[in-house]
Amino acid sequence: MTLETLVWLIPLPPLLAFFVILLFTRGNKRISDLVSVASILLTWVISIIVLIGALGTFHLGENPIITQIVWLPLGESVETSLTMGALVDPLGAVMLFFVPLTATMIFIYSTGYMASGHYWTEVKGEAHGEDHESDEHHEVVVDDAGRKLTQFDATKWKARFMAFISLFAGAMLILSIADSLLLLFVGWEIMGLCSYLLIGFWHNRVYPNQPNRTTPLKAGIKAFMTTRVGDVFMLLGIAWLYSVTGTLNFRETLYSGEMLLALEAPAFPTLGQSVPLLAGLSIAGSISILLFIGTVGKSAQFPLHTWLPDAMEGPTPVSAMIHAATMVSAGVYLLIRMFPLITVGWHGHGYPPAMKVIAGVGAFTALFAATISIAQRDVKKVLAYSTISQLGYMVAAVGIGAYIAAAFHLMTHAIFKALLFMGSGSVIHAVEHGEQHAHHEGHHFPIDFDAQDMFNMGGLWSRIPVTAWTFLVGGMALSGFPLITAGFWSKDEILADAWLHAPVVFFVLAAAAFLTGFYTMRQIGLTFAGKPRTHAAEEATQRDWRMNLPLIVLAVFGVVAGYVGVHEDFPLLGRLFGGNPFHHFVSQTLLESPEVALFDWTPVLLSVIVAVGGLLVGWLVYVRRPLEVGEADPLKKVLGPLYTLFENKYYFDELYEVAFIRPSQWLARQIYEVIDRGMIDGLLHFIARSTEWWAFRNKDFDTGVVNRGVDSMAEGIGEASDSFKYVQSGRIQQYLAVVAAGVLMLAAVFIWALFLH
Amino acid sequence: MVFIHQNLLTLITFIPLAGGVLLLLFPGERKNAARWFALVVSLIPLALALLGWMWFNAAPCNDLVQQACFEQQTLWFPILNSYYHLGVDGISMTMVLLTTLLTPLAILISWSIEDRVNLYMALFLTLEMGMLGVFVSLDLLLFFVFWEFGLVPMYFLINMWGSANRQYASFKFIIYTMAGSLGLLLSIQLIGLTMGTFDLTEIMVRWPALAPESRLVGVAVGVVKNVAFWLFVLAFAIKVPVWPFHTWLPDAHTEAPTAGSMILAGVLLKLGAYGFLRLVLPLFPVQAHNFAPVLAVLAMLAIVLGAFSSFAQTDFKRLVAYSSVNHMGWVVLAIAVAGWVGVGGQHDPEGINQLNAIIATNGAVLQMFNHGISAAAMFALVGMMYDRLHTRDLTQMGGLWLVAPVYGGIMIFTSMASLGLPGLNGFVSEFMVVRGVWPVSPVFELMVFISLLGLLFTGAYILKAIAHVLHGPLNRDAVALAHGRSLEINLREVVALAPLLVLMLLIGVFPAWLVGVINQTVTLLLT
Repeated sequence: MTLETLVWLIPLPPLLAFFVILLFTRGNKRISDLVSVASILLTWVISIIVLIGALGTFHLGENPIITQIVWLPLGESVETSLTMGALVDPLGAVMLFFVPLTATMIFIYSTGYMASGHYWTEVKGEAHGEDHESDEHHEVVVDDAGRKLTQFDATKWKARFMAFISLFAGAMLILSIADSLLLLFVGWEIMGLCSYLLIGFWHNRVYPNQPNRTTPLKAGIKAFMTTRVGDVFMLLGIAWLYSVTGTLNFRETLYSGEMLLALEAPAFPTLGQSVPLLAGLSIAGSISILLFIGTVGKSAQFPLHTWLPDAMEGPTPVSAMIHAATMVSAGVYLLIRMFPLITVGWHGHGYPPAMKVIAGVGAFTALFAATISIAQRDVKKVLAYSTISQLGYMVAAVGIGAYIAAAFHLMTHAIFKALLFMGSGSVIHAVEHGEQHAHHEGHHFPIDFDAQDMFNMGGLWSRIPVTAWTFLVGGMALSGFPLITAGFWSKDEILADAWLHAPVVFFVLAAAAFLTGFYTMRQIGLTFAGKPRTHAAEEATQRDWRMNLPLIVLAVFGVVAGYVGVHEDFPLLGRLFGGNPFHHFVSQTLLESPEVALFDWTPVLLSVIVAVGGLLVGWLVYVRRPLEVGEADPLKKVLGPLYTLFENKYYFDELYEVAFIRPSQWLARQIYEVIDRGMIDGLLHFIARSTEWWAFRNKDFDTGVVNRGVDSMAEGIGEASDSFKYVQSGRIQQYLAVVAAGVLMLAAVFIWALFLH
Repeated sequence: MVFIHQNLLTLITFIPLAGGVLLLLFPGERKNAARWFALVVSLIPLALALLGWMWFNAAPCNDLVQQACFEQQTLWFPILNSYYHLGVDGISMTMVLLTTLLTPLAILISWSIEDRVNLYMALFLTLEMGMLGVFVSLDLLLFFVFWEFGLVPMYFLINMWGSANRQYASFKFIIYTMAGSLGLLLSIQLIGLTMGTFDLTEIMVRWPALAPESRLVGVAVGVVKNVAFWLFVLAFAIKVPVWPFHTWLPDAHTEAPTAGSMILAGVLLKLGAYGFLRLVLPLFPVQAHNFAPVLAVLAMLAIVLGAFSSFAQTDFKRLVAYSSVNHMGWVVLAIAVAGWVGVGGQHDPEGINQLNAIIATNGAVLQMFNHGISAAAMFALVGMMYDRLHTRDLTQMGGLWLVAPVYGGIMIFTSMASLGLPGLNGFVSEFMVVRGVWPVSPVFELMVFISLLGLLFTGAYILKAIAHVLHGPLNRDAVALAHGRSLEINLREVVALAPLLVLMLLIGVFPAWLVGVINQTVTLLLT
């Protein structure tokens, strides 16, 4: 089999697994686990073969692995038709390295994570029928809001879960091998669907005593709708690009000098004269911005970031999948992929408007999300905001033209953030386990006990050492602990580029890096350090190999993955690790290989100082003197009202509720009731009534004036028709039988006349 | 075989009628016999249509005037010079396939009808004949006869087997459409009078060429053409329906029996769009061009306001009904572009927008097919729940996925096709329309841009339906409404839906087999 065929096969196994599980094996959890894990392992193997083939290809950038078919025949020739196919170039190869790797780990982890647990659901309705499994063995309790609640088995839909993440992985792989923007969009949107289904996976879950808390159901809808805002703009961008260039193929559009030159023309030649804001926009720039709005939605950048933290309502493997390794990365991948388009009009100095927008949004998001992260209580929410922040880094990197650095950070972040999410899942599981254990021993827990609240933890280091150590590795990588972690090398590269090209961006990102170190240490301190603050934490355990193995594997990669991208001139290490092979490999993707920024000690030292400084402050506050039971967050005293602002996420959810959600619901009702029912139907009814009125006036005239004269005649006719009245039996069957006979006769005549005559 | 090939369209069209007539002879108490008979009869046109599809692929005919496929022509009304003239091209072939496919499935869904089964099935088959006749007619008078013929069975289906408010809905439906048809008849007569024939292939050549200054019974031809154009447009706009002529649709869809809604949404609405493509564009190229921006605005309003109205519903079926307004808006938007560029590209001599119009029109026809299958499936799903719960009120449902897992899975799948999820059918056609319409002119750019709001709210109403029916904690009161009957979908219903589900995926993944057929005709039409 050739490499070209193999590329096609990469996304196939998980996609098939999705159908196989849902159609055939959904009744059996064990077989469904096997099917999905086997499928992703197969995909991983194929990817590795393709990857080796790609690495062995001479000048992969110029000779990528390509296959194509005509997907939509349009117009007169193949030229005007739309083709679709698979492509593996150096950038694609990077995706094929980390996507199957992390996906496989997440699949294995999921089989363990989804194998136990309960959550609360509401008992709705008064009717008593046969019980529906939900409350067979569980008693019904009433919470403060007066709702009847019962426990629900979280493992009930495990087979369905494995099917959904299989589809998810398949979609991400489609996106990774896509050779055109349209196929990329296909994968992109299927992931959107999966994220909706998976975030809302426990759709019947409710939270005791917190009737207003976001439920998984609401979070799923929010995620889908928010990302869809970006997607419709992106669709427009795709349509625009397609109509200008006549193709959506990456290589024909992005890697063709002529095409890019043509796209440099102003987008709004006439409108730009009156609206100065549009004057400097080239066609390429406008399309880039539209596509970028898609990224803003998918990668949860400001101002469409609000869905991602709520998406933590999904089961934790989903968070690892969506919010680390795949879906949110897709947004950044799109930007990196579209880099040649985005940078049209950039000749090394003076950024075009699109790049400024991208850099600005990215840098702002990086800092903005980091500030929210420092004041979260929920172990997963910290990571959620951290993800938004890190994605901001990558977006900013693309905006300032740091192509390789963005791709590099995308890869390392996917690995260590997946690790961190799965670590936090392991922590949650351990605490839930502890809660159950302590409950059996007679300790009482309130029904709204939150196993994800870090203030309910503490002292877990000795209880779950594997999780703790691997979490530490992931945390250090996230905050960019110097030299030994992957995150250091990738983040350092972004900062070095920013220092050189855009000092403002550098300082914003450096501030965010400080906060990153701080909230990471805060999280580690609150979770693992000191003594347990609840009985649940005291008895927490998690010993499932299916969950621990992926942690260990990813922890290893969280260290070594960084060494492929060490700057050539970095003392000692640069030579040791082969002189930045990552850069040399990925840079071939572009027409003109980007220049390596000269090695400079200043940004390196600055980034080390902020990262270590953040970690140190976090260590001083949360680890050196761990929190006691019932003690408030020390940060609260220091920050005061700012803490409340951060804790409440700058009140963006409330703002959007008032500014967008309620008005559109109101508008929908008005459109239906006022326009359709009121105006249009009102007019119709008016016409109908007027006609009726006229008809009755006519009738009066007829009966009063005309009929009397004709009556005598009518009587004569009436008598005659008496003899026919038996035909009118009033039985519709009889009528129709007569009609039928007539029609048949006519048909016979007809057929005779037409064909036999 | 030769006989079948020569008379293919006649057979496809009239076999349902023959079956319907025979059904009337069935005794009323033999319900199952009537059902099975109707199903088997309706499968024959499907088999023939598939055969025709194969023949068509082997030797496509895309120019009705030169050589239509499976053409048949016999003088019908000598005194009016009207012909029994049938024939298809890629567009009508696609519609024939859609109609013959949906009818047996709708009959399969109608198994739950218990009242006057033989009459019901007979009306259904007669309805199929009327719809097929419209798609295969190449004579204006014949076209009109079939057009009107389809109305009557649908009226009775709604009026006799509909739900609570059926009188109002059926009356509104028939009066509204009749009102449109009056004008259609008048203008068909105008054309017939002028041309001395009703044969469409002849009219297509001669009618547009008539100089507007020449006089006809003392009236300038330009005026006659304008009048005829508006009457045509009105008739088809009501049928599609184009905003603001759409308010009959939610009522009729909601009150019709399940299978009636399937056919109504699946095929009857397409008659209107087909009328635009087949008659309005070729016969009135000048007027269609001038009117195109207005039509585009109306289409945009249908897309946006349809989505909003759908989002405002609490009645499951009404929500789905309004989605038709929203989805058909994309078809109309693309038709506007086709009109703008003109048949043969006559308003676009430099060919700047030619490819755009081709892509958009391909999208329109594909969207007709796609909406046909996904709307039919959605209505079937709504009907299944209604059969069991006897309510369509979304607020009375909730969490039903727990007790009906397969139903839930199918409903999500179908909803996603309707929402336009890439990988399923709806996306392909919507993308083609967006792509084709966007670059044509600033007006169209603006229309597409605003329509995107509709696309966003399509997501909102679809998710609303899923959230209220399937998701959330289980509402035991809803389960109690079924009086012990299982809420899960049964095998017969799965069989009825399966072909549609397969098609949704097939078209979404590999649309070339269908678009290829449509594209040849569309390309020829616009170049």
